Amino acid sequence: MSAEALKIRMETRDLDFYYGSKKALDKVNIACYENRVTAIIGPSGCGKSTFIRTLNRMNDVIAGARVEGTILLDGRDIRLPDVDVVDLRRRVGMVFQKPNPFPKSIFDNIAYGLRINGMRDKKRLEAVVEGSLRGAALWDEVKDRLDENAFSLSGGQQQRLCIARALAVEPEVILFDEPCSAIDPIATAKIEDLIETLKKRYTVVIVTHNMQQAARVSDFTAFMMLGELVEFGVTEKIFTNPVNKLTEDYITGRFG
Amino acid sequence: MKGSTKKKVIQFFGFFLLRCCLFLVLAVLLLFLYDIGSKGGGAISWEFLSTAPRRGMTEGGIYPAIIGTFLVTMITAVLAIPLGMCAAIYLNEYAKQSRLTRLIRLSIRNLSGVPSIVYGLFGVILFVNILRFGTSILSAGLTLGLMTLPWTITASEEALKTIPNSYREGALALGATKWQSIRTNVLPYAIPGMLTGTVLGLARAAGETAPIMFTGAAFFLPMLPKSLGDQFMALPYHLFIMSTQHHAIVQVRPLAYATALVLIVLVLGLNMTAVIVRYRLRRKHR
Repeated sequence: MSAEALKIRMETRDLDFYYGSKKALDKVNIACYENRVTAIIGPSGCGKSTFIRTLNRMNDVIAGARVEGTILLDGRDIRLPDVDVVDLRRRVGMVFQKPNPFPKSIFDNIAYGLRINGMRDKKRLEAVVEGSLRGAALWDEVKDRLDENAFSLSGGQQQRLCIARALAVEPEVILFDEPCSAIDPIATAKIEDLIETLKKRYTVVIVTHNMQQAARVSDFTAFMMLGELVEFGVTEKIFTNPVNKLTEDYITGRFG
Repeated sequence: MKGSTKKKVIQFFGFFLLRCCLFLVLAVLLLFLYDIGSKGGGAISWEFLSTAPRRGMTEGGIYPAIIGTFLVTMITAVLAIPLGMCAAIYLNEYAKQSRLTRLIRLSIRNLSGVPSIVYGLFGVILFVNILRFGTSILSAGLTLGLMTLPWTITASEEALKTIPNSYREGALALGATKWQSIRTNVLPYAIPGMLTGTVLGLARAAGETAPIMFTGAAFFLPMLPKSLGDQFMALPYHLFIMSTQHHAIVQVRPLAYATALVLIVLVLGLNMTAVIVRYRLRRKHR
């Protein structure tokens, strides 16, 4: 698997990020390849969540936040003034750390993204809802109770619902911000299987504090510490033969 | 063993004390309601509720005062509900957290503590004199509206704060605009709380005397107001007159108590409405 043959979908160049005067990211260069899973690992507070949230400009809503450097989606800077952030977020979907279903029915949760874009055709909505739930491996469990409130689902099901909700707006890139940190091991395994399937159609970026998870699901891994990128490369290599001493210490569990 | 017995005794007395406080408060309230109910209940009849006062207000009913209070509360609602909700949405969802917004918030909190007579005098200057609405339902309603606004804004803001940020972020991440995320994923869940706070504010306004005394409420009017520019009779002001200003104060005492009873029932009714609305809407979204 050589990196050269793959297409870069998203990429950051010398990305700096500030919360007020505090620098949270320092010259981060990471590439996310099409149909591959890129994992971001590192100890708590290393800036991995901050990083992934810059990719769909979710940090825009934080007061005092400032970005410097370049973030490219298909070679175009997503911070240019003519880029519509609403359109960007539709193309770059996000699944959050804690499952965040809306207090609506399962159906309305999945249809939400389409409805705000003006879709009213009932037939079409039903088709997309079914397709998205199948895509998130949740259809068989919920097909008879689409009218029930999404809060009635278990934690793991809620997270897959959130994945289905993201799929419904047909994104190109899907960002996972520690998607399994609030759910049990069996549900985690299901989501990891799902990520494996999703990469056939999407570009996937996942932040995780669980190194085994990164090793299991990702093709590329970025190791970050204190806001800096320490090492980036093919996952297998990072986990078996890291170049940097810090990376080696972290993955062998000497700190974390 | 000894330590745990001691803890249990402390716990028992602690709860006992708390229950005593609760019963004390309830007892005062019930005593108060009983007193007014027993002294005023006898005077309440369909005639009392549906006719105007007669013979220098020593006979007859309080129909014009009920209608007046109803109308003036409507004006209050029309001003305070939309404006208060919009201000709260702006403050909580859009405004940047700067020194200016902190100052605005502080001012709003302080305004809710300003004595109602001050609002009354302000209303005279602004609505009656400067804007030339005269002493009228409109002036009084707007004055009460101003007085209710800080309550409405604060209650609405608190309701918005209870909506988890993940609803907003979740919608934004799906490509919603900021307003779409607020309209479809915040307001539907915040409105029960907003309405509750607002209706409580209205109930308070409906019972106020000072702000309407100079701005539109009349001592006695033989007929109902024909437009919003007319003066009106109102329950709290009527009560004030019947209990302190009337020439035959002892003779009209039962009527005063009956008026108080109607006013209390009206305010309680409004509060109950708030509770029911909140309960209904919450169930709808569960």
